[in-house]
Amino acid sequence: MLSKRLIPCLDVRDGLLTKGVKFQENLDLGDPVAAARRYYEDGADEIVFYDITASAEGRGIFLNVVERVAEAIFIPFSVGGGLSSVPQMRDVLLAGAEKISLNSAAVRDPSLISRGAEAFGSQAVVLGLDAKRVQKTPEIPSGYEVVINGGRLPVGRDALAWAVEAEKLGAGEICLNSIDADGTRDGYELTITRLVAENVRIPVIASGGAGGPEHLREALDQGKASAVLVASIVHFNQHSIRSLKQYLHDRGLPVRQI
Amino acid sequence: MLAIIDYRAGNQTSVKRALDHLGVPASVTADPGELTRAEGLIFPGVGAAGQAMGVLKSAGLDKTIRELTRAGRPLLGICLGCQIMLERSEENETETLGLLPGETVRFGEDLLDFDHRPIRIPHMGWNTVRFVKKSPLWEGLKPSDQFYFVHSYHPSPGPGLALGRTWHGRDFCSVYGREGLWALQFHPEKSGPPGLRILRNFYAYCREGAKNAQ
Repeated sequence: MLSKRLIPCLDVRDGLLTKGVKFQENLDLGDPVAAARRYYEDGADEIVFYDITASAEGRGIFLNVVERVAEAIFIPFSVGGGLSSVPQMRDVLLAGAEKISLNSAAVRDPSLISRGAEAFGSQAVVLGLDAKRVQKTPEIPSGYEVVINGGRLPVGRDALAWAVEAEKLGAGEICLNSIDADGTRDGYELTITRLVAENVRIPVIASGGAGGPEHLREALDQGKASAVLVASIVHFNQHSIRSLKQYLHDRGLPVRQI
Repeated sequence: MLAIIDYRAGNQTSVKRALDHLGVPASVTADPGELTRAEGLIFPGVGAAGQAMGVLKSAGLDKTIRELTRAGRPLLGICLGCQIMLERSEENETETLGLLPGETVRFGEDLLDFDHRPIRIPHMGWNTVRFVKKSPLWEGLKPSDQFYFVHSYHPSPGPGLALGRTWHGRDFCSVYGREGLWALQFHPEKSGPPGLRILRNFYAYCREGAKNAQ
């Protein structure tokens, strides 16, 4: 049966990790390619890169990173951050990524999802959805609103309705990030994760809030997520991918162990 | 030398990178001469069956592939490549290459997962393969090894051809073929060390054949 996936997420700016990643023996890596290689060897099922570079020059550097990652790891990886056109998506996929993640640009222009899916297949298009808890209203019946621009700008759209629409438009997967939980280390937002996972047929990746292995189990079990995104919990050498998977395995969740 | 059949399939560069990493000499080519000279062929593929068949036909590659495999040239199909080796696909109701009997069908919408909820489609992620028949491809692999899948349709080859089976809402054939003509539904180029091992096993088989032919 299908394994639950564990996906480390790396933020890149101007070709370097925004924060160094610490591995055992206190090795501190700033090079995204070296960090990706370490996670690959530790049993990561996939890797997500977010490019937070703003400049055009930085974009070129980033594409070079994507190429070098593709030569160093032999698992799928996806790339997100600021992608807003089909040619940009093509550049990233040609450089060697399996998937691209669309976020704010898809909210502004939902046809970007269908055009991407048509050009590259649904399997290559991930919707990155940032959701924020709000009061339930007729416009936002789920009580979770879509926010864009890194969580700063609410758009008045229901997060669940957007997820369902994105699936219809051809998204192959949804990476659901809770703005409320992000950075708290108090656990993933289980309510919206489960709500979305139960209302779409495509896989949902839970994101934001992991502070310990039990949070991963909750998101996969109660939250019904197919995968969990992890960042600081692995970047600061608090847990290894291997030990997190052992924890999940011991609690009866199907994971891939190497 | 292996040749990766170039028909602008999404994963052909990834396959090339994996072979480079293994030190296996390979080219990505649509040139009939180069394909004929290769010790083995890799038939990649990502996308839709209808469009892929259109590209293959307009480049005349469908004929080249049929001729070379008929002459016994080893071929390894991957993902969409694996599906269009059969006779027909439900995807876009397409007549496919027919290198082996069988057809490609969609995962049923009504299939249930172990938690009794509808399965997710596409089948995306890591899964195991039960090795149901001996094959040189399996050399060095363990039953617990997992492979990366991403697909909404799966092969349903004729009797006796299944080599590996996988469960996603139902037990389906994930690897099939006969000696020298093999098809993998998963992506060996993205399946970590066990996937790379299969590519290496295929190359070793091709080398052996080339040596015997000399």
